[in-house]
Amino acid sequence: MYGYNGKILRVNLTARTVKVEALDETKARKYIGGRGFGTKMMMDEVDPSVDALSPANKLMIVTGPLTGTATPTGGRYMAVTKSPLTGTIASSNSGGYFGAELKFAGWDAIILEGKASAPVYLNIIDDKVEILDAAPLWGKVLSATTDALEQAHGGKARILAIGPAGERLSLLASIMNDRWRAAGRSGVGAVMGSKNLKAIVVKGSGKVAIANDDALKAAFAVCMTKIKENGVTGTGLPAYGTAVLVNIINENGAFPTNNFQESVFGKAEEISGEALAEKYLKKKDPCYRCPIACGRYCEVDDIKGGGPEYETIWAFGSDCGVSSLKDVIKANYWCNEYGLDTISAGATLAAAMELYQRGLVKKADFGDGPELTFGNADAIVEWTKRMGKAEGFGAKLALGSYRLCDSYGVPELSMSVKKQEMPAYDPRGIVGQGLSYATSNRGGCHVRGYMISPEILGLPEKLDRLDTAGKPLWTKIFQDFTAAIDSVGLCLFTSFAMGADDYAALYNAVCGTSITGAEFITSGERIWNLEKQYNLAAGIGSNQDTLPPRLLKEPIPEGPSKGLVHPLDKVLPEYYSLRGWDAKGIPTKAKLAELGVD
Amino acid sequence: MTIQARLFATLREGRGKVIAAELEEGATVADLAARLAISHKDIAILLVGGRDAAMDKILTDGDIVSVFPPVGGG
Ligand code: SF4
Repeated sequence: MYGYNGKILRVNLTARTVKVEALDETKARKYIGGRGFGTKMMMDEVDPSVDALSPANKLMIVTGPLTGTATPTGGRYMAVTKSPLTGTIASSNSGGYFGAELKFAGWDAIILEGKASAPVYLNIIDDKVEILDAAPLWGKVLSATTDALEQAHGGKARILAIGPAGERLSLLASIMNDRWRAAGRSGVGAVMGSKNLKAIVVKGSGKVAIANDDALKAAFAVCMTKIKENGVTGTGLPAYGTAVLVNIINENGAFPTNNFQESVFGKAEEISGEALAEKYLKKKDPCYRCPIACGRYCEVDDIKGGGPEYETIWAFGSDCGVSSLKDVIKANYWCNEYGLDTISAGATLAAAMELYQRGLVKKADFGDGPELTFGNADAIVEWTKRMGKAEGFGAKLALGSYRLCDSYGVPELSMSVKKQEMPAYDPRGIVGQGLSYATSNRGGCHVRGYMISPEILGLPEKLDRLDTAGKPLWTKIFQDFTAAIDSVGLCLFTSFAMGADDYAALYNAVCGTSITGAEFITSGERIWNLEKQYNLAAGIGSNQDTLPPRLLKEPIPEGPSKGLVHPLDKVLPEYYSLRGWDAKGIPTKAKLAELGVD
Repeated sequence: MTIQARLFATLREGRGKVIAAELEEGATVADLAARLAISHKDIAILLVGGRDAAMDKILTDGDIVSVFPPVGGG
């Protein structure tokens, strides 16, 4: 087989057994790999109504056919499972080097099932797999865990692990790899923690078989030229990382501030990508075979490490009213150490700040911790640590903003969709992005259909961010295209420069197939519909395809987007109809048959 | 009239962050770009008062013009 290794590792943690299984080639081709193939395996093996933190849930670490190949950014993997945060299918993507190494070791995916009776970790050296005692690692933060495993297994080992947040079943826990790369969202780290699995160590000595080396070289050259010549991937992201968006989104008046109570942050400049580059950036930190290198490596006081990303700066910065970039970097660091999703962690602190502002949370609730008031820079750092340890009020924070606000009787103050916190773009000022949030199959998320690209950045063409016309179709296409990119094993950021035909050319060269760009996008649509089916079977209906009431009813108070609310009712019906779903947002039998979703 | 130009990312090099530009009545965004020696191909995102604008937009006193080179990606 080309592209795929043809082998899946099934680990039953209850029985402590490992099994080698052949990859189902037909299924893999139909759902590509990564997010799509992982969702298909979940559909076939895990009852969608299962308790996400019970041993009956499974965690799948799935690569794509281009993972580990000589393609630009070809190092991604997906953590696919049922989310304990949203109750939907979860698929969290990560870069770094782990995914490629797993391919070199000869595997396409790892299926983790059951629950170990005590903490364990996996050690994979090519086809040799051991389940080892992780008791000495339990409770350790990411750097200490990684150091210890590197010492035991050599510096060349690639390491994926959870931090204390995952061990303590925080619904905001991420799975980390290569120290600070994160499969961040939807609480996938809690699923790993619920299985008593601390880490996976992998070393591989193989190579992915390529169907047509010459065709791959040619397709690679075309893609590299596009990436280098594109302003965003060729110069913007390498120079400033994602943080350059701070000023862009703020100037558009769509930069959520103080838990989305406002949408312009007066001190944006202080936390901007420009300020980060000037003051704290030490070097770029690219993932496997990445010519874009958006990753940042920063140093502040005695802290060093990866990040922060734009979303993180927003979450701990303007959303918490904090203008100290130094403290945002520290909060980011502790998220990486404890294994917390930076978006949800920051946004949950912002929700807690609003609860306190309204007098619902009392000073006594904070114990000896700092008061969670908007703008309190010390508080974001200290409460991130306590959230990671699930200590005191931190235990409530660790469950995310929805459950926190709900416990005070005001779930509407959680700025989330399907209980997952929305990231750093106020949908009231960006119509398509709002539709994308509302319909996302994993709840509030910007990378399920990044409408910021056409609506703000003008890629591939500029759309007026306030128009409703055309937005349902754009959103649908972006969602489908993204699902395919997430499945093939490349980084979504390549899509600023590359089109569907480019991905198809890389895929064909690697796998020896002859799909077209249009077929590539159709595979994405098939995956999107499968995810929707999983969610419906899990009891997450299309009535949850909505936005928090604040965004539908309370106009933005000041700034360039003043007076706007999100016109969801004007775009959602057309979106469903373009999807070939009924008026209630349910995929029709005809649509599922057309796509071959089974 | 006075226009406030806000420059970002690499456009700041040799120019500064915020510039108060005195322009003739009826001047356009293109005139402002010429005054600041910013070539059109270096402008990817252009906002007047936080809303998308074109190079031929006629400015009025007190307008805030935000100019970004091709950057972004979140
Ligand atoms: S663009 Fe950034 S996130 Fe994507 S592969 Fe490159 S360094 Fe990693």
